[in-house]
Amino acid sequence: MNNIYLKNIVRFILLVLLQVLVLNNMNLMGYMNPYVYILFILWLPADINKSLLLLLAFLTGLTIDFFGNTPGLNAAATVLMAFARPGVLNSLFKNPDFEPGEEPGIAKLGFGKFLRYAFILVLIHHTVLFFLEIFSFDEILTTLYRILISSVFSSFIIMIIVLLFGKRKH
Amino acid sequence: MRNLFSLLWKYQFFILFLILETVSLILLFNSYSYQRSLSFNTANDVTGKIFSVYGNIENYFSLKRENNQLLEENARLKNRINILPVCPDSILTDTSRNYYYIPARVLTNSVNKRNNLILINKGRADSIKKEMGVISSTGLAGIVIGVSDHYSVVMSMLHRNSRISGRVKKNGQLVNVIWNGLDYSKGEVTDIPTHFRLFKGDTIITSGNSLIFPAGITIGTIENEEQSISQDLGHASLNFSTDFNSLEYVYVIENLEKKEQENLLKKVGDE
Repeated sequence: MNNIYLKNIVRFILLVLLQVLVLNNMNLMGYMNPYVYILFILWLPADINKSLLLLLAFLTGLTIDFFGNTPGLNAAATVLMAFARPGVLNSLFKNPDFEPGEEPGIAKLGFGKFLRYAFILVLIHHTVLFFLEIFSFDEILTTLYRILISSVFSSFIIMIIVLLFGKRKH
Repeated sequence: MRNLFSLLWKYQFFILFLILETVSLILLFNSYSYQRSLSFNTANDVTGKIFSVYGNIENYFSLKRENNQLLEENARLKNRINILPVCPDSILTDTSRNYYYIPARVLTNSVNKRNNLILINKGRADSIKKEMGVISSTGLAGIVIGVSDHYSVVMSMLHRNSRISGRVKKNGQLVNVIWNGLDYSKGEVTDIPTHFRLFKGDTIITSGNSLIFPAGITIGTIENEEQSISQDLGHASLNFSTDFNSLEYVYVIENLEKKEQENLLKKVGDE
């Protein structure tokens, strides 16, 4: 699969299906809510047009919202995450020297750096999502706890997917 | 003018971000109002079909448990039939004659969000309409808020907008039941008048005051009563009788006389 469009379309479909069919129906401890579909945004080429990045994030979020009947919720969180992505990439990696069209994947960054990159963006996404969903500061400690354990769990699943299906270092 | 465009172009990333974020938030906050969420149709046949196909596969793994649940419900209903002739004039059973029950399968359901929705496999074609009540075999479950041709979206009791009018079974006092967003097995009973006390194990049932649910459906039992915080009305914690985490089949309740009741109320209200 060298075609970058085809590759990303397949990823989009598989990640959305994984999210809405499997992960959205997972009721772990009543608190955990893994959101793994954002890996699609994490994996987009490093030099992608930034406005296109935002539009794709919006589209991805809306698709998840469409299935979950939560209009705008995932879209808002994913757009903010995509807005933060270029900055996070630049600040984490001093000299990333990505090839044109290259993904910020595990092959380029290595396990530790990719984990950091993923966890920061997952945390941003989950913070927005949970606060918008709960929409109250009454139980702020519980909300923060939910954000934290869900972020850890989402990152864990993302790392498993990346290790299983991502391109390795050659 | 040219400068304005070049400025807009320069900050297009930030401007686009603001636009997309605003659109998302408008969509989101519209869905947070119960009245507005009723006015746009949230169920749709495309996603319903996908969930339905997936659910068919998944269902094979829970057949045994479902079978047991149906057996238990059967037994419970048989026991009730035995009781019925003994007290034919009971107020609670008398009203239920005006209601028609439509069975449905749960396609998706969640308990770990602040606002949980249930997707079921019956829709307009099965004469389901918005604002019909939904119950499980053990108690109350939610209210239909969106209908497509073959699927419906149900607002679970585990939702910010869910506020059910209940009654204390032993003395008929009116209370309200809401969910505070934490534990999916526990609700909150509010607006308890101060002149009586609730005790652990007291049953809360539907009041029948709304046109949605018949009277006498179990909502849950009191877990423990909290001290009343404000001077006038107390509140207590309640164990839902419906296990939302294992919801597989539900019944949608059609109030056969809803139209007449609504018209009458409206007529009196207009006068």
